[in-house]
Amino acid sequence: MKKWTKVLEIRSSPHIASGHSVDTIMFNVVMALLPAAAFAVYLFGLAALLTIGTAVAACIAFEHVFCRLAGQETSVGDWSATITGLLYGLTLPPGLALWMVVVGAFAAMGLGKFLFGGLGYNPFNPALVGRAILQAAFPVAMTTWPDMPVNRFASLPSSTLALPFTQPTYDAVSGATPLSAWKFEQVMTSSRDLFFGTVGGSAGETCAVLILLGGIYLAIRGMMNWRIPLAVLFTVALISGVLHLVDSGRYAGPVFMTLSGGLMLGAVFMATDMVASPMTHLGSVVYGVLIGLLVVVIRVWGGMPEGVMYAILLGNAVSPHIDNWIQPRVYGTQKERAES
Amino acid sequence: MAFFGGKTFAHGIHPPGLKEETRGLAIRQFPFAGTLAVPLSQHIGKPAVPIVQEGQEVTRGQCIAKPDGFISVAMHAPASGTVRSISLVPSITGRMVKGIFIEPFAASTQEIAEGKPCDAETATPEEIVAAIQQAGVVGLGGAGFPTHAKLKIPDGKHVDTLIINGAECEPILTTDHRVMLEHTADIYAGIPYLMKATGAERVIIAVESNKPDAAEVLRAAMPKDLPIQVEVLPVKYPQGAEKMLITALTGRQIPSGKLPLDVHVVVVNVGTTAEIGRLLPNGNGIQERVITVGGPGVKKKGNYRIQIGTPLRFVLESVGVEDDITRVFQGGPMMGQAVSSLDIRVTKGTTGIIAFTERESGSLNKRKEYPCIRCGYCVDVCPIFLNPSQLGLLASAGNHQRMVEDFHLMDCFECGCCTFVCPSHIPLVQKFRVSKMAVRKAKAPA
Repeated sequence: MKKWTKVLEIRSSPHIASGHSVDTIMFNVVMALLPAAAFAVYLFGLAALLTIGTAVAACIAFEHVFCRLAGQETSVGDWSATITGLLYGLTLPPGLALWMVVVGAFAAMGLGKFLFGGLGYNPFNPALVGRAILQAAFPVAMTTWPDMPVNRFASLPSSTLALPFTQPTYDAVSGATPLSAWKFEQVMTSSRDLFFGTVGGSAGETCAVLILLGGIYLAIRGMMNWRIPLAVLFTVALISGVLHLVDSGRYAGPVFMTLSGGLMLGAVFMATDMVASPMTHLGSVVYGVLIGLLVVVIRVWGGMPEGVMYAILLGNAVSPHIDNWIQPRVYGTQKERAES
Repeated sequence: MAFFGGKTFAHGIHPPGLKEETRGLAIRQFPFAGTLAVPLSQHIGKPAVPIVQEGQEVTRGQCIAKPDGFISVAMHAPASGTVRSISLVPSITGRMVKGIFIEPFAASTQEIAEGKPCDAETATPEEIVAAIQQAGVVGLGGAGFPTHAKLKIPDGKHVDTLIINGAECEPILTTDHRVMLEHTADIYAGIPYLMKATGAERVIIAVESNKPDAAEVLRAAMPKDLPIQVEVLPVKYPQGAEKMLITALTGRQIPSGKLPLDVHVVVVNVGTTAEIGRLLPNGNGIQERVITVGGPGVKKKGNYRIQIGTPLRFVLESVGVEDDITRVFQGGPMMGQAVSSLDIRVTKGTTGIIAFTERESGSLNKRKEYPCIRCGYCVDVCPIFLNPSQLGLLASAGNHQRMVEDFHLMDCFECGCCTFVCPSHIPLVQKFRVSKMAVRKAKAPA
């Protein structure tokens, strides 16, 4: 009778699991971002490679250091710092001085993430926090866009390697982004160029199609809340469409508005930051519509050509409140609600 | 709630079925263990009161304990033998409970003692309710609630629909499947008792679409004169939960804190129905039940008819287990309870005995717990539409009051969907169990 006297594990049910894991989700997001990053390097050359590479390396390093300072096990292995680094790098103008990249990475990880308690507690998308700090600190550097250089794999813009805490010098007057060209010079960029990304701008924002493909991959795998980008893009298209109908000379059309600037990258990869976005379906849609609305308002009536970053950060700020207002309706409580 | 995929409920999950290995295996009679111990508390409610003494000889099927009050049922001897003692036996909850130890006669044919028959045609609803209580019937789906108690319809309430629950949505388990295939006649013998007791006008037998053979057999054997229909539902967990099944079939929602009766429905498990159809015509009581013994750690997997009171150790040693088993649980992998001791006995609520090896449990145990990243997966699957993420954070903060008042903690029936999908591997449902227990304890009069 007493063949084995093994100690049995006492664990609570369920005894099986879906296999989803934070690190596998994050890893897939990294994979989904790689095509856009690769295109950025192809388009802008060594400058983009160094910008993105420095951003990723700095974010990972700061994550590790902050974990250690907090006396915790390092959380680099969950890939979330890599995502932050990639997203942050992709939103920077290629050719940005690398020391500025490091400063922004410090802000992203320190102010955006660890000050609030690390993974799961950041109210804002850390990558955007980093970018917002840079935008405030170095407004000129952050809006100086390089043209697509011919010898982009052989040389670097002189600004990239500017010594820390010195003002970078620029080789040439830079090319405008499609949004600034529209806003300040009333010049439209073709939708085809926008869709395939052969335009000026931040490193990873330019190619709408690659960003969309990455997003579709994540949505199919259930690793991204597709309602958010859909709501953002639909809202932007709808409002800009209506404005365009009212005065096509003054307001850009919906195709231009959805494909230009950081909207695609922001809508697909940044507004969908799980921690900083609402949890319910309805809440996600409200959040997406709000961001879309803010994007159009800032672009059309604001002082800046681009407003995706602030729109998402504001959306992040409202997200907990959306989650408070919009809770799932609990099974069997309909009557109770009708009475109250 | 009808979608294009068929009738079902909203939310829920699709865990792997894991039923392939035992679904095709016919029910087999299990050998008798050297000692059987019938716990007096195998159901929700008061323990039964022994009516036999130490040293007394009992016949298989003889009543050995009588119900104590209405929410309680009788117990019957699982084997002909001698009552050795009435003493403590470990139970699945971790507590010791009183049980009757019986040593079966070595060479007995183990025939079952006849009792007082109850005929569905002539008996009154009250007589049927009493006969079911006397037969010791409790929900064989695992909940262990005395069946007669939900069949007694209070004055002023009425039942229009009787649902026979053959969903069996838990992975691995195949007992209800086999009962539907092999004891179809017993099911149809049991339904008239249930109809008469509840006054239900129509009967729906619910089967999930992964058991098409069961639906076919049930349809083929259906008596013409009864208002019964067989509904095939798309496979989804936890469809077998009363609330989910009622919503899937009738579109009605049981108001929070109320019973199926409040939406004019009574749900009875298909195995329970078959048992009623088997026992009542002869006046017998439950001495055994069908159990799926399976999982990767079990060698001779199967669906066995095992005597109540059989030690799990005897069950596992009889079927053979792998050397590296690490975890044994009663019930399915979604809601089953891990056993702390193999001296725990088979009870009326045991639907499955599942053994895992290092391979399955190791991969679960090694997983790292991450902070909640608010991905919302749990919100998307909770069949009760709770917010498990928020509840989890409140549970960690010990804020039971908000959990109950603002987030409907007490409506959680612990199906485990949230924990199943959680990519941060947070033991959400366990947190909710602990919180619910604390809330109940605080409420209970000192």
